[in-house]
Amino acid sequence: MIRDYLYPEYEAVRNPDLCIGCRACERQCANLVHRFDSDLNKMVSDSTNCVDCQRCVCICPTHALKIVKSDHTFKANANWTGEVISDVIRQAGTGAVLLSAMGNPKEYPVYWDKILINASQVTNPSIDPLREPMETKTYLGKKTSEIRRDRNGNIIPETSPQLELETPIMFSAMSYGSISYNAHKSLATAAEELGILYNTGEGGLHEDFYQYGPNTIVQVASGRFGVHEDYLNAGAAIEIKMGQGAKPGIGGHLPGEKIVDDISKTRMIPEGTDAISPAPHHDIYSIEDLRQLVFSLKEASDYKKPVIVKIAAVHNVAAIASGIARSGADIIAIDGYRGGTGAAPKRIRDNVGIPIELALASVDQRLRDEGIRGAVSVVVGGSIRSSADIVKAIALGADAVYIATSALIAMGCHLCRSCQAGKCNWGIATQVPELVKRLNPADGKERLVNLVHAWTHEIKEMMGGMGINSIEALRGNRLMLRGIGLTEKELEILGIKHAGE
Amino acid sequence: MLTREGENGNRIPAGCAISGIFSKSGTRINGKKIIDSISVMHDRSNGLGGGFAGYGIYPEYKNQYAFHVFYETNEAKEICERYLDRHFDVINLSKIPITRIPEIKDEPLIWRYFVDPLRTRLASSQLDEKEYVVRCVNRINTRLDGCYVFSCGKNMGVFKAVGFPEDVGRFYRLNEYDGYCWTAHGRYPTNTPGWWGGAHPFAMLDYSIVHNGEISSYDANRRFIEMYGYKCNLLTDTEVITYITDYLLRKKKLTLEEMAAVVAAPFWSTIDHMEEPERSRYKFLRNTFSSLLITGPFSILLGFTGGMMALNDRLKLRSMVVGEKDDMVYIASEECAMRVVEPNLDNIWSPRGGEPVIVRLYDEAMEEIGGDE
Repeated sequence: MIRDYLYPEYEAVRNPDLCIGCRACERQCANLVHRFDSDLNKMVSDSTNCVDCQRCVCICPTHALKIVKSDHTFKANANWTGEVISDVIRQAGTGAVLLSAMGNPKEYPVYWDKILINASQVTNPSIDPLREPMETKTYLGKKTSEIRRDRNGNIIPETSPQLELETPIMFSAMSYGSISYNAHKSLATAAEELGILYNTGEGGLHEDFYQYGPNTIVQVASGRFGVHEDYLNAGAAIEIKMGQGAKPGIGGHLPGEKIVDDISKTRMIPEGTDAISPAPHHDIYSIEDLRQLVFSLKEASDYKKPVIVKIAAVHNVAAIASGIARSGADIIAIDGYRGGTGAAPKRIRDNVGIPIELALASVDQRLRDEGIRGAVSVVVGGSIRSSADIVKAIALGADAVYIATSALIAMGCHLCRSCQAGKCNWGIATQVPELVKRLNPADGKERLVNLVHAWTHEIKEMMGGMGINSIEALRGNRLMLRGIGLTEKELEILGIKHAGE
Repeated sequence: MLTREGENGNRIPAGCAISGIFSKSGTRINGKKIIDSISVMHDRSNGLGGGFAGYGIYPEYKNQYAFHVFYETNEAKEICERYLDRHFDVINLSKIPITRIPEIKDEPLIWRYFVDPLRTRLASSQLDEKEYVVRCVNRINTRLDGCYVFSCGKNMGVFKAVGFPEDVGRFYRLNEYDGYCWTAHGRYPTNTPGWWGGAHPFAMLDYSIVHNGEISSYDANRRFIEMYGYKCNLLTDTEVITYITDYLLRKKKLTLEEMAAVVAAPFWSTIDHMEEPERSRYKFLRNTFSSLLITGPFSILLGFTGGMMALNDRLKLRSMVVGEKDDMVYIASEECAMRVVEPNLDNIWSPRGGEPVIVRLYDEAMEEIGGDE
């Protein structure tokens, strides 16, 4: 029998001079890395199970622990890297699809980092956001194209249903089941305080959270978990999930062991059964079917809620978006290939889809070329990492952004990319009660609020620098961007000039 | 030939001086007065563009569209005239009278045509008359090399050139024209395109815009308005503002006040404190036309048949003052430009940012000029 032992990628290193043997790390590690060896009378660590989640590092009272990347190596090979070899060994041993979590970590270009933002000098003034009003309020929804007037000639101010956001940021879909009750509560309460929205994901809405309806987007995905009339009417908007950036073209699978108690109730499926979301919606095999689902949902919600259609950024995303804009949908959400996930086949995550920057640029331009940009709002996610990414996204043409990975990080996630294991030491991507309670929803909320406030301040600073005092004047304002180190083709797709031009 | 604005794909910011004079009773003001007014703000221009718009200056042809055209060559003129003959009934044509002065050089051929759309062509186009004229003018300006129609309204005309505005006024012999409204512009562009069409005012039908500022929302505005059949060729602020004006007033039929509530929308916090039904209407306008909000500094004078509107950006980042004397209204970047032509103003004030100042002819005067609004 061939031994499939793979030396751990990361090692937990303990400084024996600092360790006081309090055993906190042992209690905190759900992966059972640390234990007290009574024979040796000291703490020892087995790095084999370490996922580098940093929990022990953060809670160690004497800062005796650190995680280092192992210097263990296969014979250096630029083609057959250690990761490639390890994957082959794993699959030869199991015959299984490799599972992974969170966004694509590969070294593809990050276009956000190759775009620079403008500022005013001399010919027009920059604006100081501390002295002058600086507006980030955003409305999402169809823009009315026809002006109607009453008999006295006054405008009748009726519009399609709109979402009002105090800042152009929303928390992207993460289902109850993939993340914990406390994580959902943190998101819901933070969205309420911030005047923005969070998204239930496809796992239904826990009855405790109906009270946050005005700040909730309820999602309808291919598995239709937890979808019923009250659910559709509980939120401010309904999102049809057609795809996800981390795993375009495939569905989802929440294993039966996670379908416990409240999750089973919320999803409306028996305890212990696997929750399988089919790859397509089986009532949507083409664009005309999508239109029917959009209007079914509008009928069910009395035409009071905007309908969002979320798609993964794939090669022909512009044409797809054009079809969606004509389907009756109010908002298109596009998820880039770096978007996160609770679990996805590694090969799909790492190889399918396209960058959100390019998808956004081509969708926005296509909708304008066809004169229908006003028919929908465009929301982008996957992966928005900072306020600068948001400014660039809006200048490329987005109305607002979805954030999820950064929201998780705010709540304690250290991006160990092991969500699929369900043993999240930070109480986020787990249903184990002892782990869930580690995330205090009040703390989670406070940190989410802090993050969005901080980013909004930074957005205002950058807007002011450009002499723009309202976010809508930034939207699609591509002259405010310049590319750096990009090819002609990339610049053409992004619709921006090169720095110096 | 000289590079046109926008031809190399670069946008050109410019600082400026503007001035406007308006008689509400329709008294015809001589063009010399507006030259006197703009000339005191000499230092706000740099000699790379000046221009004027006069309203009520062609009473004898008040029902025809008055086309002012620059030609680079005689061949261009022949091509354009053939086009005009195919689409319009040309009632009168002539060179626009000029006085050669050393300050103004390299002038193109400058011609004027009073035209009616050919009824048969108009009918077969299935367009309303104004849209027909706009499309013909756009076609000439974008498709016919060396031709540029820079004025095409009724009973009004634009006169512009590369030079200081006071020299441009003398060059065009504006003292031979009288109108109830004049606007003027002195330009301080940040490059030297030297193309006459790039001077301001910028006009479309009877709307003419003079503008001082550099708008930070430019590309957001441009990319939105280009969805509706406009093509921003010159890449100047004034061009896009003119198209926005045309879109909102002529196509969407907004009132001037409503247009102001779009391009210089009140802050959301201000709207929130309004009473109903104003609050809903302002919210509706701002949200519906959110991509037409103009940010960054601007002061605009919009001329149109029978009226004039002045508007500042929301933060009032550009100077603009208004003065009144009897039925006369003066609006300028600086007070001195009003004092020089009317030392004894009844009152003078500085409009707040985003607050439109709209003046119109009295009803009788409006009838007199044959206004169609």
